[in-house]
Amino acid sequence: MEALAKSDFLAEGEQATKPFVIWRPTAKTGLMSWLTTVDHKRIGFLYGISALFFFIFGGFEALLIRIQLAVPNNSFLTSAQYSEMFTMHGTTMIFLVVMPMGAAFFNFIMPLQIGARDVAFPRLNAFSFWTFAVGAIILNVGWFMKDGAPDAGWFGYAPLTTRHFSPTHAIDMWVMGLQLLGVASIAAALNFIVTIINMRAPGMTMMRLPVFTWMTLFTSFLIVLSFPAITIALVEIMMDRLFGTNFFEVSNGGLPILWQHLFWIFGHPEVYILILPAMGIISEILPTFARKPLFGYPIVVFSGASIGFLGFGVWSHHMFTTGMGTTATAAFALMTMAIAVPTGVKIFNWIGTLWGGHLTMRTPMMFAIGFLWMFMIGGLSGIMHSAAPADAQQHGSYFIVAHFHYVLIGGSLFALFAGIHYWFPLMFGRKVSEFWGKMSFWLVFIGFNVTFFPMHFLGLEGMPRRTFTYDGNMGWNVGNLVSTIGAFILAIGVAVYFVTMIYTFFKGEVTTKDPWDARTLEWSLPNPPPEYNFRVLPTVHARDGWWYEKRHKEEIAAEVSEHAKAEDSHGGIHMPFQSIYPFLAGVGILIGAVGVAIIDPASPTQYPGFWGPKVAVTILGGAIMFVSIVLWALEGNEGYHIHLNPDGSIQGEDAHSAH
Amino acid sequence: MSSTAAAGTLDHHIDPTTSTGIPNKKLLMWAFLASDCMFFGCLISTHLIYRLHPPPGTPVARQVFSIELTSFSTFILLMSSLMMALAVNAIQKGNLKSLRWSLLTTIFFGCIFLGCQVYEFRNFVYEKHLTITNSILGTTFFTLTGTHGLHVLIGVIWLSAMLIYSFTGRLTEKDSIDVESMGLYWHFVDIVWIVIFTAVYLLEYI
Repeated sequence: MEALAKSDFLAEGEQATKPFVIWRPTAKTGLMSWLTTVDHKRIGFLYGISALFFFIFGGFEALLIRIQLAVPNNSFLTSAQYSEMFTMHGTTMIFLVVMPMGAAFFNFIMPLQIGARDVAFPRLNAFSFWTFAVGAIILNVGWFMKDGAPDAGWFGYAPLTTRHFSPTHAIDMWVMGLQLLGVASIAAALNFIVTIINMRAPGMTMMRLPVFTWMTLFTSFLIVLSFPAITIALVEIMMDRLFGTNFFEVSNGGLPILWQHLFWIFGHPEVYILILPAMGIISEILPTFARKPLFGYPIVVFSGASIGFLGFGVWSHHMFTTGMGTTATAAFALMTMAIAVPTGVKIFNWIGTLWGGHLTMRTPMMFAIGFLWMFMIGGLSGIMHSAAPADAQQHGSYFIVAHFHYVLIGGSLFALFAGIHYWFPLMFGRKVSEFWGKMSFWLVFIGFNVTFFPMHFLGLEGMPRRTFTYDGNMGWNVGNLVSTIGAFILAIGVAVYFVTMIYTFFKGEVTTKDPWDARTLEWSLPNPPPEYNFRVLPTVHARDGWWYEKRHKEEIAAEVSEHAKAEDSHGGIHMPFQSIYPFLAGVGILIGAVGVAIIDPASPTQYPGFWGPKVAVTILGGAIMFVSIVLWALEGNEGYHIHLNPDGSIQGEDAHSAH
Repeated sequence: MSSTAAAGTLDHHIDPTTSTGIPNKKLLMWAFLASDCMFFGCLISTHLIYRLHPPPGTPVARQVFSIELTSFSTFILLMSSLMMALAVNAIQKGNLKSLRWSLLTTIFFGCIFLGCQVYEFRNFVYEKHLTITNSILGTTFFTLTGTHGLHVLIGVIWLSAMLIYSFTGRLTEKDSIDVESMGLYWHFVDIVWIVIFTAVYLLEYI
């Protein structure tokens, strides 16, 4: 039977002619295996490790900010250094920490939750990561140069970012870095959309998708539709800086307010890009540890959809003080109040999930409940901002800083920490000690509140954002000192968290499969999951698919053995070939970006026309990228097949290629 | 075996039957085009906002534009979409000869459009004294139409690569999705031009 099926397929494969391949990397370990990997789980790790690295980086910047503000008239940092710190702290935490940490979970968990063996476009997935890495490098390379790091705020308001006010390459690097991070995010999001819509296991209907997968889908749509706005804004500022156009040049008819509109048309959906994955993680953790199905699953899903949809209609609440006019202000205030409704609905659904459940207070659950509470505080101060007159008082003050740290740390980061704890046993087969896990939770929780709660009062007392120091007679001394002490408690908490994780990775308690007795398909896998994910592709019979499988063992066992036979007769498990080209395309992009953002334009006397080192390096980078993409296309999306022993170990590989 | 989706996930080799039945590459292209809509939407909005507030001394668009030439190149670009549709039809029938002629014509029409644009840009800069730096009209006009021109150029390179590839013997009826998704891109670029032609050119003559 098997021979028959395979010979058929081989004959067809030979007729279809061989693809044009220069080199097929096959390394399974070592550096080359990581550079050429197309495995969604490995790419997830790469995202996760980068995010945690930059988290330390961005946290360090935050501590320097807090040291500077600890006492009035401090001179620990100069005002220029302070500007670099708050710009890079914001940019790093948003684009290089929370987004890639979300991407790490999308990559690792989402395909497992829908019962897929990889994402739809494995090589595009690798390309997304390498482009992300290049963007991160370009963004941070200024620290090592005399131009310094970007210093115009994470929002980069024009005309502050024009050549006239920011003549060095620092802003060029910021613009280019964000542009590349946008390309990486869009490419990854397109991949996730296709994966979720098209790669679901049989029986995994849309309304059976785990909520985390739903939130991945909504986040991906938000990325795909909102990032073009900042792409255009960045293109326009880049044109102004490189070619002297007039987009934000007031004397020639440019309107700097356009930057704010374009930026926030991206920037507000971005807020939901940061929080929807967190909501997805929470919706996985609460039912598992409350021993109940998620309360009101369809409502949670549709609330996510309406948050995503309304998220495109509220951007101007960041601009209430720019004088848009009464009608526009009122309309955006109303929309902002409206978006609180689906968010509130979700909160009530989570409370409904907990209500009457048998709560097991393990570490992931602690972080999840911490999320619920802290995110609610941040959400409530958000509703306060929707009242435009009140916002006029709070705008640009520390009240805003308190608000968005409550939703970004108390919200996103708490949920991501919860997610790391929750999925750690699946990823590494080891479990964090409850004592140290809870210790890190309490330190983070207390440190976070001590840091950011006083900022509400500081803001209402009029302390403005982004100023590097203040006078001692303003009444802000105590609040700032408390906040700085809190920041150090938070830092100790994070340090405990990291050390615990590293210790657990090497020496932690080894766990069995499915240690939390969870509900979704990723827990049906051995830990860590094998390269091919599922020995036999699962068939989903219920919303909590793995829960159903655990309670219908005989039915499932019969089904699995039947499917295993069928799958083997079709040639075994198909695995995509590794590829070096996504990485090489990333190298080309890096060289090109250095040309655009960092090298000085040539003086006209030295080189003819517009030629010079800048143009040459840019073209070289572009050429490397182009050649890599052509070779990538010619290589084709072939793969090989593996056959498994009954225990899941690999029996043999068929090296032949197939479409 | 429970459903067609199961059969599809087992048979990866040729054309994986996906959960929805839509090929992955087609879905990817549609999602990308949604993204590109927002991309051009923001650029076109920029132009439309800035044309309402020209500072004194801004050149008058009507005196700069040459609507006859642009109408001609618009017509050519739209005809290239017809040839692209024929190319997709040809590969779906496995007719490589017809595919090559259709692709060649599409490329030729695309090149005529690009040639007209190069001529137009030179004419505006050297005869009409509209440059990308000297006025807000020049800034938004050249950036918007230039970005569209870049899209056409990428399309022409893609079409040419596909034409060359068709001579290697590797392009078969089974790969028709590759031509089809390229076609989606090409039609989209044409449709965007219809919007740009209306919003940038025709609007000035109302």
